[in-house]
Amino acid sequence: MTQRERNWLLVAPAGAWFLVMLVLPLSVVFVFSFGERGPAGGYVPAFTFEQYANLPARLTAFKNTLILAPLGTLAALLIAYPLAYQLAVRTDPKWKTILLVLVIVPFWTSILIRSYAWIFILGGRGLPALLEAIGIEGVRLIYTPFAVTVGIVYGYLPLMVFPIYVALDRLDKRLLEASSDLGARPLRTFLQVTLPLSIPGVATGCLLVFILLMGEFLIPALLGGGKVFFVGNALVDLFLQSRNWAFGSAVAFTLIVIMLITVTIYMRLIARLRVGRDDAQIM
Amino acid sequence: MKDNGHISKRRFMEELRRYQKGSVTRRHFLGVTGLGTATAVLGAAVPGLRPRPAFAQDIGDRVVLATWPNYHDAANFDAFTDATGAFVQVNVFGSNEEMLAKLQAGGSGWDVFVPTNYTITTYVGEDLIEPLDVSKLPNYDPAAFDPRFADAGTVDGTLYAVPKNWGTTGFAVNTAHDGGTALTSWKDFFDRTKTDFSGRTMVHDYQLTTIGNALKYFGYSFNSVDPAELAEAEKLLIEVKPHLFAISSDYQPAMRSGDAWLTMCWTGDGKQLNADMPEIAYVLGREGGEIWSDYYAIPKGAPHREAAYALINHMLDPEVNAREVLAHGYPVADANTNALLPEEILNDPILYPAQDLLDALEFGAAATLTDPNRAELLARFKSA
Repeated sequence: MTQRERNWLLVAPAGAWFLVMLVLPLSVVFVFSFGERGPAGGYVPAFTFEQYANLPARLTAFKNTLILAPLGTLAALLIAYPLAYQLAVRTDPKWKTILLVLVIVPFWTSILIRSYAWIFILGGRGLPALLEAIGIEGVRLIYTPFAVTVGIVYGYLPLMVFPIYVALDRLDKRLLEASSDLGARPLRTFLQVTLPLSIPGVATGCLLVFILLMGEFLIPALLGGGKVFFVGNALVDLFLQSRNWAFGSAVAFTLIVIMLITVTIYMRLIARLRVGRDDAQIM
Repeated sequence: MKDNGHISKRRFMEELRRYQKGSVTRRHFLGVTGLGTATAVLGAAVPGLRPRPAFAQDIGDRVVLATWPNYHDAANFDAFTDATGAFVQVNVFGSNEEMLAKLQAGGSGWDVFVPTNYTITTYVGEDLIEPLDVSKLPNYDPAAFDPRFADAGTVDGTLYAVPKNWGTTGFAVNTAHDGGTALTSWKDFFDRTKTDFSGRTMVHDYQLTTIGNALKYFGYSFNSVDPAELAEAEKLLIEVKPHLFAISSDYQPAMRSGDAWLTMCWTGDGKQLNADMPEIAYVLGREGGEIWSDYYAIPKGAPHREAAYALINHMLDPEVNAREVLAHGYPVADANTNALLPEEILNDPILYPAQDLLDALEFGAAATLTDPNRAELLARFKSA
């Protein structure tokens, strides 16, 4: 066997997986999106643009997703960064592992069960009852966009913490000393050395969380009380309630396209940011 | 992009070499590479590895039941498992639409499901439901059932489903908050949601009841598919939406915690809530609403057919059925079961509402299940 053949053989399983698990289902979605709903639901082959023309009927769902997904990503970032920083830079190495494990522990339980826990925490007998005890009355938390944001940040925090932690952990501490020796104050060191060097971690974390959030449906359904409606929820309803596979496929395909465009723009921006910085370093 | 957290290819190969040369233990190798965890997860997913006792008549080790929330006495399933060795795996659903969607998609893996009266003709038309072999259901006594709640199980002379429970769809209201003026109609339900119950009302995440009850507000049929009437119902629902606490069929937790004061509600949930919190009343709208009957049925291609028959037969045993009623508070149409139930259950106004209220109720119609406009209406309401 030549090296070339061997390479092909090694790539084959991944290639087959890619074909069966990604290309094939996506093609099905694409084909279905030009079809029609069957009389009792499901899919009937056709060639029509009717489903795409009907997209404005789900405009609110797209709007909600495109507002809450970036907001949720930003909120997760703002909370994850200080946590990752603390873990990577400030924590005694012997505690690091334990604290890192604590960040992952919630992942050992299903997100469904954890969201139910939040229903009780945010419900009338949870936090609002505590607030009432200290004199703040009439606070409604459960089934609001706020509850959904809390659920999102909680659910996706580890995905944001880890990439940032890795980036900060690998940071050469001698650079910080050098910066300090050259007279920079801690804030300036952070802004000009630590932060730029952790950007790859931030970029990865944001991308992971954002992509997953765009398809989220469980957290809005459970903590939004059916009133905070994401594209994911629209899709669940189209496939599980109205059984309109054709329209569901059109909505799903549109979501994929929007995601591809957003992610491409995002990657370009990040790449440009890096190039810009490299130039600055050369000067 | 850089490798974050996961083990890199090179590192994996290094670890493999170290393990092969014997310089690290197997535990170390499995731990670093993550293969240990993967194996543990896979192992737990293989049913053959679980212990399993032997039984005289082997019907397999499990039976999968697709049913509704708060609708069974778990002790009856345990008794079934003790008697047959088959574990009852329960899947809970929120709407008939969802059940139909799962069966239409195929590969549901269910052995028994619990369709509501109005859906059975669609299941027959779509060839998704198995005709029942009565010889395998010795506990089924057709003569004992009130035909009103049993008829829908037979389509064109063939028996497809046997009755489970019947009930009504009304609303539950926490009377501590009604300011002394009782709610008696769907008009009250929606009007007061906009005033003194604002932010405290829940409606089902279910087209049949949410749209049906909004139609009753105007005095239209619960089952209407008339575009003009549906448009009025939609307008009402969208007007009311900002005043809703939630759109969800899982309303018991919120009613119990006091977050919600008013909700669309099924008989058994009304009974369960009222039993624990007497201030919660179950009301049937004066204009009417839904009366329904649920059935046990076997989907086409059920993986454990023998176990499915055994389970249905077990549940139809009047002793078992009576324990079910005591647990969930839904009436049965079976005279044999009713003979075993205490007088106070048979006279309970939540389970058996007054005749004039019952007379106004309608059974759901098959057309509502397949009508694309009703489904779209609910989606528009939810995303509004």
